[in-house]
Amino acid sequence: MTHASDLPTWAAVLTALLVLIGAGLTLAGAIGTLRFGSFYERVHAPTLGTSWGTGAIALASIVFFSALGSRVVVHELLIAFFITVTTPVTLMLLVRAAIYRDRTEGTADVPARSALKPSGGNIAPGSDGAG
Amino acid sequence: MTADILVWSVIAAQIMLVVAMGCYAWRVVRGPRAQDRVLCLDAMYVCAMLLALTVGIRTGSGVYFEAALIIGVLGFASSVALAKFLMRGEVIE
Repeated sequence: MTHASDLPTWAAVLTALLVLIGAGLTLAGAIGTLRFGSFYERVHAPTLGTSWGTGAIALASIVFFSALGSRVVVHELLIAFFITVTTPVTLMLLVRAAIYRDRTEGTADVPARSALKPSGGNIAPGSDGAG
Repeated sequence: MTADILVWSVIAAQIMLVVAMGCYAWRVVRGPRAQDRVLCLDAMYVCAMLLALTVGIRTGSGVYFEAALIIGVLGFASSVALAKFLMRGEVIE
């Protein structure tokens, strides 16, 4: 790693700090995935890594390559933007699928559709409106 | 001194990311239901992408950025396909 000695001190310290913050947040999310009890709690944990875990490491990469090439390099923003946009889409699709599966099996911790709308009567599980 | 700070923090970050991938892999293997497995597979894609970014910082080459971008795009596509499969039982209707 010979190129790192060309970096100014502030850039090296900032990069190191951001990389550690990002990796630590991702690890915290992973441990949360192990420790939470139900799927609807677990779905929250990895978003630590996809929000500021990704953001901090992308910022570290921006700082590092900008200081290394002494010009502004911002193409890592593309990754941060893409992850920020796609993660909610994925998780909402996944949670809708999970709710649908739990309802068809009649699991106790998911309220049935008839319990949410008493006037609506007994709606078939397939008429969820998703997809 | 400056290089040492950067080298050791990037190595520590890579170890943390690998441990995070191990936690997710445990959930993929043991996860009680299919949605847990899909969730943790998606999170493993993100971890692999962050790992590629840190390898790029460590080697100082810009090649790993493209690899990280491709991993991110493929992870999104595969997770959406798997969620659709859980919902409908088929991917392409």
